[in-house]
Amino acid sequence: MSQPTDMGEGPAVTSRRRFLRKGGALVGGIVVAGGLAGSEASAATENADNLPPNAPEWMKTPGDPMGSQLYGTPSPFEKDVVKNIPKNLPQYLSASGRTPLQDLDGIITPNGLFYERHHGGVPAIDPEQHRLMLHGLVDKPLIFTMDDIRRFPSQSHIYFLECSGNPGYKKPYGKTASDLVGLLSCAEWTGVSLKLVLQEAGLQAGAKWVIAEGADAAAMTRSIPIEKCLEDAMLVYSQNGERLRPQQGYPLRLLLPGFEGNMSIKWLRRLHVAAEPAYSREETSKYTDLMPDGSAREFTFFMEAKSIITRPSGGQRLNSPGFHEINGIAWSGRGKIGRVDVSVDDGKSWQEAQLQEPVLTRALTRFRLPWHWNGQPAVIQSRAIDQTGYVQPTLAELLAVRGENYFYHNNAIWPWRISAGGEVTNANA
Amino acid sequence: MPMRELRIAAFAVFALACMAPAQAQSPYGIGRAATPAEIAGWNIDVDRDGNNLPPGSGTVSHGSEIFDQQCAACHGARGEGGIGDQLVGGQGTLATSKPVRTIGSYWPYAPTLFDYIRRAMPQNAPQSLSNEEVYAVSAYLLHLNGLLPTEATLDAKSLSAIKMPNRNMFVGESRPDVKNTACMTDC
Repeated sequence: MSQPTDMGEGPAVTSRRRFLRKGGALVGGIVVAGGLAGSEASAATENADNLPPNAPEWMKTPGDPMGSQLYGTPSPFEKDVVKNIPKNLPQYLSASGRTPLQDLDGIITPNGLFYERHHGGVPAIDPEQHRLMLHGLVDKPLIFTMDDIRRFPSQSHIYFLECSGNPGYKKPYGKTASDLVGLLSCAEWTGVSLKLVLQEAGLQAGAKWVIAEGADAAAMTRSIPIEKCLEDAMLVYSQNGERLRPQQGYPLRLLLPGFEGNMSIKWLRRLHVAAEPAYSREETSKYTDLMPDGSAREFTFFMEAKSIITRPSGGQRLNSPGFHEINGIAWSGRGKIGRVDVSVDDGKSWQEAQLQEPVLTRALTRFRLPWHWNGQPAVIQSRAIDQTGYVQPTLAELLAVRGENYFYHNNAIWPWRISAGGEVTNANA
Repeated sequence: MPMRELRIAAFAVFALACMAPAQAQSPYGIGRAATPAEIAGWNIDVDRDGNNLPPGSGTVSHGSEIFDQQCAACHGARGEGGIGDQLVGGQGTLATSKPVRTIGSYWPYAPTLFDYIRRAMPQNAPQSLSNEEVYAVSAYLLHLNGLLPTEATLDAKSLSAIKMPNRNMFVGESRPDVKNTACMTDC
């Protein structure tokens, strides 16, 4: 829709291009060194003309005029902060792309970096031609336009969303925080309470499940227990203040706080109120958890308490001993985060981290711990405890109960190893 | 508050509570009625018992032809897998260290096969197969998994009657299933 409009000619544009060329070299230097390091590398690429006592070149010429970008994009120096798309997947229509968690701050994921999981590609839906049908065990089956949906009383909430398989249980384990748990993001969602919409049609006795269907090429279908539909489920049309992106279900999606992500059906077109689940392919053949004895758990909805240190984390480097803040995110599908503990001695002892307010139900919570690194090899890790008292487990504890073919709902602690040289790697790898 | 007024207030609350279900039908008057024809057109849900399966039927042999044309490129010539999932085999492997999850080894309900193929397959042209073709492909896949004979014809009744081998191996949620303790020192 809105292409950058900086294609015209003029002094400002020329200056900007010169700036971009130089900037590209600088970005390259930072990438080689890793997010936390860089003094050596930037020394090789930095231009003394821009450093004290000189005035930098970007102060000596006007910057880009108003309107250079009708829809703003990040600085060109941040061009490497992008979705983490696995290479060499067998196909990319039913696939997932990860949020670069180690490059982000706070608890809100920018819309362009929100993780994606589609089962039949991303449909291009004209909202004028999109309809939501509500039928089954209701007094009055209804059809809504998008204008209709937006007429309902609205609400906004901050919730995380996480893919159920984030990550699996088998080696090889990922190198970065994004590789490990990047199928996780958090946003402010705006829409209507699903309860209100169901009441509009009138639920009949025996209504125990709502089968939700997407308008994508997979006609993705999941069954939601009625209790969840009447508790905190939302029909969402906006994310972080703007309309949903196509990858997130434009123009309408279901949002089930704390439940595995695939149930929050995107491109929502149909709600079928029923006495029983659909037992769809996506809740029998997939998204069921195979136990070592050959049995399989079904309808395992909640994403349990979890945390990860995002800085310093795998792929980064501490460039010198001394002060470093340990910083990360914690979340639980069962409510608020109660506490996060951090260990810097390979799990021998733990200390309570500071939690950044607000600590919200079923949202990401940012934690931090001030730390002086003595330059010796270290293993650091975080452990979330949610409001129910549940303690995030180790990978070994999970494997002992579930085996490595369980696949989904891995909420293990992921320790990072820091070498004497400051390199950070996955300690479980 | 005098007792009489309390009683009136209590009655008013009670009366409102009784009225609530009637009012709840359309509190906002938003949306329009969906007609039976519209619902029939969109509701392609087939449940585990086969309810809402359409009329029609298909044979294993016809399914074999359709599979070769529409499915084999991703799922392999005989459902052994490729870009797409392995669909055949794996029975007896679920409790081993290398479980193979296929229609025959893992899927609990046969009607789900019709539901899924109709709504989502083939991946490059979903909802392009006729109901007869979906029955036929379903029949062929069940045949490859040893669950239907070569000469079989599948329809709503016969598909619903098939008992999948892994039918009874699904259990409910039992998490939390691990109990870490929040040890702070000398761990």
